[in-house]
Amino acid sequence: MTTSPAFAEKFESIVGASNICAAAASDAVAGVQPEYVVSPANEQELAGILACASEAGVAVIPRGGGTKLDWGKAPKRAGIILSTLRLNRVLEHAWADLTVVVEAGCPLQTLEDALAKHGQRLAIDALWPARATVGGMLSSNDSGVLRMRFGALRDLVIGVTLALADGTLASSGGKVVKNVAGYDLPKLATGALGTLGVITRAIFRLHALPWATKTVTCSTDRISQAQQWITQLLASNLSYSAAQTRFVARRKPEIFVDILFEGTEAGIASQIAQVKSLARPISVADADHSVWQFRQRLHAEAKQNPAISTLGKISALPLEVFGVMEDLYGRLHPKANFDAAIQATGLGVILLRGDTDTVTSALRACRKKLETLGGSLVLLGNSLAAKGIDPWGTPGDAFELMRSVKRQFDPQNTLNPGRFVGGI
Amino acid sequence: MDARILQEFRNLVGDRGIISSTDELHTYECDGLTNFRVLPLAVLLPADTQQVQNIVRTCHRERIPFVARGSGTGLSGGALPVKNGIVISLARMNRILEVDLENARMVVEPGVINLDVTGRVQAQQFFYAPDPSSQCVCSIGGNVAENSGGAHCLKYGFTTTHVLGLEVVLADGSLVHLGGKTLDSPGYDLAGVFVGSEGTLGIATKVTLRILKRPECVRTLLAAFPTTNEAGAAVSDIIAAGMLPAAIEMMDRLAIQAAEAAVHANYPDCGGLLLVELDGPLAEVESLMEQVDVICRKNGAWEIRVAQTETERALVWKGRKAAFAAMGRISPNYIVQDGVIPRTALPQVMSEIARMSAETGLRVANVFHAGDGNLHPLVLYDRQIAGQEAAAEQLSYRILELCLAAGGSITGEHGVGEEKKTMMSKMFSEPDLDTMQRVRCAFDPLQLANPTKVFPRPRLCGEKPGEYVSHPLETAGIAERF
Repeated sequence: MTTSPAFAEKFESIVGASNICAAAASDAVAGVQPEYVVSPANEQELAGILACASEAGVAVIPRGGGTKLDWGKAPKRAGIILSTLRLNRVLEHAWADLTVVVEAGCPLQTLEDALAKHGQRLAIDALWPARATVGGMLSSNDSGVLRMRFGALRDLVIGVTLALADGTLASSGGKVVKNVAGYDLPKLATGALGTLGVITRAIFRLHALPWATKTVTCSTDRISQAQQWITQLLASNLSYSAAQTRFVARRKPEIFVDILFEGTEAGIASQIAQVKSLARPISVADADHSVWQFRQRLHAEAKQNPAISTLGKISALPLEVFGVMEDLYGRLHPKANFDAAIQATGLGVILLRGDTDTVTSALRACRKKLETLGGSLVLLGNSLAAKGIDPWGTPGDAFELMRSVKRQFDPQNTLNPGRFVGGI
Repeated sequence: MDARILQEFRNLVGDRGIISSTDELHTYECDGLTNFRVLPLAVLLPADTQQVQNIVRTCHRERIPFVARGSGTGLSGGALPVKNGIVISLARMNRILEVDLENARMVVEPGVINLDVTGRVQAQQFFYAPDPSSQCVCSIGGNVAENSGGAHCLKYGFTTTHVLGLEVVLADGSLVHLGGKTLDSPGYDLAGVFVGSEGTLGIATKVTLRILKRPECVRTLLAAFPTTNEAGAAVSDIIAAGMLPAAIEMMDRLAIQAAEAAVHANYPDCGGLLLVELDGPLAEVESLMEQVDVICRKNGAWEIRVAQTETERALVWKGRKAAFAAMGRISPNYIVQDGVIPRTALPQVMSEIARMSAETGLRVANVFHAGDGNLHPLVLYDRQIAGQEAAAEQLSYRILELCLAAGGSITGEHGVGEEKKTMMSKMFSEPDLDTMQRVRCAFDPLQLANPTKVFPRPRLCGEKPGEYVSHPLETAGIAERF
């Protein structure tokens, strides 16, 4: 639908002429071209734009750093890109209370630097921190290696302000970690890909930066060995911040298990000693912290080469994921291969490369296997091999309920229409 | 209730599954908050999910509101029956269905007692983290409804942190699965919205829980301070040092005296008592405990004890866990509140509570989850003295307003229920409450599931802005507008 000049004028009257411009080809989302990019200065302007767009039947694509715009299905319509980048301030860092209030368009690196001034962090190693914003990170439910110890974004976010499609600004949660007043809307907004409302600000609980950190790794060429180590690690009472299994495709596949310890020097030393005795006779070596960047490297590679690589997020039970990897290897080899970063939580990222047909058929089989196990495979990005495969997978029996929630929040389908699970 | 419908319910659950005589119904007329009592039309005790669905379908057809009930220990009236409605008790659905230690998951029915979850796996050194003080009685289903906390929330989170999936009967009797055994199921986090929704979105009939491995070592320290201010300062220093204790609890003199009279935990008699628990690798915990000791002394602690064995640790906690019940030793009645404040606001809030207490002549004992800012002021009174109950209620609400003014919340773990509906309008604006109720409309458009709780003004689903139209519940005199 073409936005009529009357509505472009309305948008202009809300944000000012210099904050609305014609969209370029590079602003297209999964091949769907929006007409304008609108950049409100604050929550009120943002809400005003939404109300206006809903009234005009214009579809809105919220955008922060744009690092994950290629996640989800292609939008059914795209009238305007609603940029959150001007809502970019850290509003309040109550460091003595371990909380921070931050606007949704604030780049994660900016937030990280502000928190570090008081020796604190938001305990998530998010993707593309220099460009990605708070709102985008939350809306896509980014999930990194620290999740093992610190939980997911749903466990770190304690409050949220949402701008709804009809222009309502609604806050829920609050500034305190422990709070059960009302419904937990911050959890609803997390991972909702902006389809229920645009996050304008978020409140997070924080953690202290660790006194000391150390990474160790051991390697094997057998998936079953890696599974055994993870089994033992999970059964132990060791206190680690992250544990991942890295699959690196080579002529012969290499598998590494990395463990991150954070805490006091003495505590770390005693735990590494325990890990070494667990892994005996295989040696456990010190490793560079860069192994934790492996997940980011896989995402970056997929973005750069969609013609030959495909990225997926998998979720399985912590120990069942290894059987899935065995299966995947068998289906791909030798015409294709994969790298993977699988966390001990059972969540991971896989990057598939090689012959398109082989990859496509392996993806379908992998998803089927995962779904039978009660897990999932979500395809991220617009790769060639994933064309024709629904990125989200089979919605469960709560799908009608989700549609019902969507209808309550955005009856006219203004926000990211069609991008979410089941085409919501 | 219509005899025909009563018989229909009887056919669904059998004679053992229905209570309809007035004498017996009195058992269910309130939960742990005894100031509000409403007699339900009947109490049904289903044995399985299918029976729950059948009951709810009948309710849906006949437009009978229902209130789900676990152990009935709630402190905000969440399980208070609704006039002309029924209670659906989940007490008979109390089986642990699956235990998967390797993947650290369990599946339980909602009537399972909180402590029994840990009990089942403790021999293998696992535990279920959320530990409300009522845990030997309260049920998992109730915990899910309230998003129950406990003393270990700052480090270990809440019920919602450890609930991975739910089987839920919706208000029309249909069955859905929210979340699952694996993480990040694609779609909206409806499991996350359901936990803490106080029974207003449906009835959970199966709960998938995450269990944790016990850390290598746990140490608990008790420190006596001249007043709660010094204790609070010590807490701030502990947090500023970068530590994340498993628990930090605080009690004031009155709370200590009550606890001593009740369970003889042998606490030092002081103005402010701090209980600090650290867990993790032995080498780390021992060195951090030394730091905690230094911090406490620096802030004026005149006695410090460290529990070395599990028995000593249990004794240290005994007094704190018995705190509410112990009030019976020093007062005929009490009202407990559940406000939350940013930790840094503690000194000014405590001094204001003391001032209000002196002004009203009502004593207030204070128990405080110092780690997460959850305050439990216990307003002590004697119901036999005319006007004291009303004065005590008033004071408890003023304390909540104080918490809000300090940037906190009206409830950290007990829930809004019936008791704090009016306060919701002080914490949230109309658009905020309206937005939350959109979720309710999506789950339960007829508003049959625990309809009068949490929200001060019910929202008609499909409501359009404009002139006020009263909700059928309001017209029928069941709900009030605040």
